Amino acid sequence: MDHYYDRSHLSRFGEIAEGNKELADAFFNYYNKVFEEGALTVREKALIALAVANVVQCPYCIDAYTTACLEAGSDLEQMTEAVHVATAIRGGASLMHGVQMLDQVKQLTM
Amino acid sequence: MDFSSKEMIFLDTLTESPQATSSLSHRVAPLVHPEEQFKVLNSAGITGGPTNSGRFELDLASCGWPRLKPERLEIMQINLGKLCNMTCRHCHVDAGPDRIEENMDRETVNACLDALDRSGAQTVDLTGGAPELNRNFEYLVEECVQRGLRVLDRCNLTILLTRPYEHLPEWFAERGIEVVCSLPHYRKIGTDAQRGDGAYQKSIQALHRLNQAGYGKGDLQRKLVLVTNPVGAFLSGNQVSLEAEWKVALARNHGIYFDQLLTLNNLPMSRYLEWLVDTNQVELYLNRLLQAFNPSTIAGLMCRNTLSISWDGYLYDCDFNQQLKMRMDVARTHVRDFDLATWREHSIRTARHCYGCTAGDGSSCGGAIA
Repeated sequence: MDHYYDRSHLSRFGEIAEGNKELADAFFNYYNKVFEEGALTVREKALIALAVANVVQCPYCIDAYTTACLEAGSDLEQMTEAVHVATAIRGGASLMHGVQMLDQVKQLTM
Repeated sequence: MDFSSKEMIFLDTLTESPQATSSLSHRVAPLVHPEEQFKVLNSAGITGGPTNSGRFELDLASCGWPRLKPERLEIMQINLGKLCNMTCRHCHVDAGPDRIEENMDRETVNACLDALDRSGAQTVDLTGGAPELNRNFEYLVEECVQRGLRVLDRCNLTILLTRPYEHLPEWFAERGIEVVCSLPHYRKIGTDAQRGDGAYQKSIQALHRLNQAGYGKGDLQRKLVLVTNPVGAFLSGNQVSLEAEWKVALARNHGIYFDQLLTLNNLPMSRYLEWLVDTNQVELYLNRLLQAFNPSTIAGLMCRNTLSISWDGYLYDCDFNQQLKMRMDVARTHVRDFDLATWREHSIRTARHCYGCTAGDGSSCGGAIA
């Protein structure tokens, strides 16, 4: 292996059971259950997953949930808005911490 | 072909309709020939499916279907011709405004009606092209209505805004015709990408007219069905989930109502296959279909309850086989010789494109199967 990310790993995700089948089964059962139609639709869950995938910067998840969003009936504009929601929260989280900085500056300075 | 005054008006207003591309036939593209399409499909490397062979008949056999046979004839699907006011990018018929020659004549229409009387089919499914453009369309509909049959019109929506077909929503409503309309997405971007710029806005306008004629509000005599095909190289989503979302979205965004949503997969053939070739995604898409092969769709495949008839009166197992010129495997293949007992005993012809109907939740002219 001469690089860290390999596209073929995505379809081989299930092989993670090799080291511990019980935990892998438990995880995949949970995972599949999470994405079933519920109070949120399959499409809404896929959009959330796409946004989170961008925040955690997981290329496998972005690959999987771009296709999943399309298959679940989302279009480019809806998916782009989901990514902007992720971006806004991520950027907003940095900026929000600025208030901590602000308070501390006020305490430490004349 | 000589043109009636109605058709002259139509040809005059053709340029108003959205065009996403032009027909393969018009461009004399190699893929216009079924043998070229099979060459592309059969040379693709395959992984997936029960036997990993990429041979549909072997995959069926391994699932307990050594021979694919019909079940009960319920639907006669008549393809009235290849003439259409639109030229959608994914069209498996390669229809378009230039296809003026290949359209069903009155004699063949009458042969279809005679076969219908012998068939026991209770549903007549009219498709094309834009079936409304055939000069025998209204005659055929009237004849079917008089026979007490359920009649479906597969409508591209924009034709309902095209002179001289603007009377059709009310005309359909008076006769209880089920209108089955193509709309890839409830939003603009995907709809126009697949069907041509302006298609979305016209489709919405046409849906308003259908609603005004009483369609889409739960009345079984005014049933409005929408059909979605994925706008790209992926499978269609869950029909039940999407229907609920589409109903909310179309009501909220446009005040439009409909009764049912059907989700279809794109079959890798004709203009959709051309797009796959152009974007280098033939193998990717075929493997996606193979990996999603779902044995529980086999029993409900539409070739088991549907008879497909072409504009020139030949018999096929489905509209896809029809476009690939795979005639039904019987001795006499013309509709005037149709015989129900022979149909019941014949074997359905399959090839690689059939993986489109068995992928995921399955796909048929009646939507998802599983």
